[in-house]
Amino acid sequence: MRETATTLLPTAKNEGITFDAIGMTYPDGTNAIDEASFSVGAGEFVTVVGPSGCGKSTLLRIASGLLEPSSGTVDIDRNHLGYVFQDPTLLPWRTVRQNVELLAELRGLPRAERSELAGVAIEMVGLGGFEQHYPKSLSGGMKMRCSLARTLTLRPPVFLFDEPFGAVDEITREHLNDQTQQIFQREGFAGLFITHSISEAVYMSTRVLVMSARPGRLVAEFEVPFGYPRVQDLRFEPKFAELSGEISRELRGNS
Amino acid sequence: MTELQTTDAPLAGEEIPGALVVSEPVARRQARRQARRRASLASILIPPLLFGAFIIGIWYVISYLVIAPRRRFLLRPPHDVLQEGFLKWESLSELLDALWASSKVALIGLAISIVLGMLMAVIMSQAKLLERAMFPYLVILQAIPILAVVPLIAFWFKTGINARIIVCVLISLFPIIVNTLFGLQSADRGMHDLFTLQHVSRWTRLSKLMFPAAMPAIFAGLRISAGLSVIGAIVGDFFFARGEIGIGQVLRKYANNLDGEQLIAAVIVSSLLGVTVFLFFGWLQQRIVGRWYADSGAP
Repeated sequence: MRETATTLLPTAKNEGITFDAIGMTYPDGTNAIDEASFSVGAGEFVTVVGPSGCGKSTLLRIASGLLEPSSGTVDIDRNHLGYVFQDPTLLPWRTVRQNVELLAELRGLPRAERSELAGVAIEMVGLGGFEQHYPKSLSGGMKMRCSLARTLTLRPPVFLFDEPFGAVDEITREHLNDQTQQIFQREGFAGLFITHSISEAVYMSTRVLVMSARPGRLVAEFEVPFGYPRVQDLRFEPKFAELSGEISRELRGNS
Repeated sequence: MTELQTTDAPLAGEEIPGALVVSEPVARRQARRQARRRASLASILIPPLLFGAFIIGIWYVISYLVIAPRRRFLLRPPHDVLQEGFLKWESLSELLDALWASSKVALIGLAISIVLGMLMAVIMSQAKLLERAMFPYLVILQAIPILAVVPLIAFWFKTGINARIIVCVLISLFPIIVNTLFGLQSADRGMHDLFTLQHVSRWTRLSKLMFPAAMPAIFAGLRISAGLSVIGAIVGDFFFARGEIGIGQVLRKYANNLDGEQLIAAVIVSSLLGVTVFLFFGWLQQRIVGRWYADSGAP
């Protein structure tokens, strides 16, 4: 299943992901996902919230092709796919710059081009000045930003985020939310974000999907009416609290 | 010289490593750093030196007070060992020649073990079936006492340098294979996913992910095997008891002649060889993987 490496710059911007009746049952009989159908278009930022172990991350593994679904199909261009993992997964023997250049290097891009891509991505996440540092000397938040920059070098029209900010502290998380939001605005990708933080979901997304516990099933969908750019004070608006409350009730009712 | 400054404004709520705010003049800072380095060097050197002096003291006590004068040949005092074993050119040159012969054997054997061991580990890491097929035999190879194999090797390969090198390889191969294999399998699933998503070739995955990830474990194996190859060279020489004279034969001769001073000198020299190889790989490890990992600059 090797595909030829293509250019990083997406040719068509109007790409997205469509899940069609995706079901996932593991060989041991665990039913992880039940009949999930939804799509994420370009310029949409869709977040899936759900209790731990409800199969949220499984959705991303299926979307990226790391996992074959038991049933259903996914329509996605896997040559232009950004995937930010739960862990930063930086290679400890590479500096920040070398880590950010990794994906472009694996795709066989010439040195000058990947260096330029990495430079831009490093600036975008605000890691300028740390290019020569090794991951061991970075804080958790900086590692995550380095990981984000690495994915950004692909300029992906489809961006998958698997609970990327779950392990960092509250303040850092808010900064990373803002940064991701800015990048989303600038790049206009189709974003599929996984989290179990309702506040993060509402703050970032155009749409929030609620997933129930095993078997994971999409039980509710909420449009988020706020425009971009959003600022942190939004979290204290009554409308924000109201929407968060509705999502929270939906989550509890099904867990 | 100007002061260190960080121009990039950090995001609030994140600590910035390496960006110490320094207000002292550079000269004073350097002086302090030098003082600190001297202090740490002293704290590293003084305890073992004191303990060494203590051991030599005990040695004198045993030589002069515990052993009766007519049986003193069993443990000559340290200055006799120095005088007879190291300061007499005749015995020292014999010792150095033997050291050279054994070092040659140990280093060639180690080099072969490294190449062969890593190659086998890479092959085993690429084919699970091969790993399962070969591993039990490697454990058996490791479990055979080297003394049991030496006569067999002499029987098959005579007692020249080749036979000695084979003894070295047999004794030092296993740690390299096991540690390299363990290291190659140490890259976590997330990193493998990262590579899988880019549809990389087997070779790219091996050279850019698995092999660098294996480096710390490989060095752990190298340090063990380096010591073992020195032992292999001496044991082989001791039991073959002919051919180019190495440390093993010298040890045997001194023991037979009841040359206590020279025997102890030979023991010291042979351990120095092992220590040197061990330290060399430790240094190399620090040079290569030290800056990746957190334990490098730890106090």
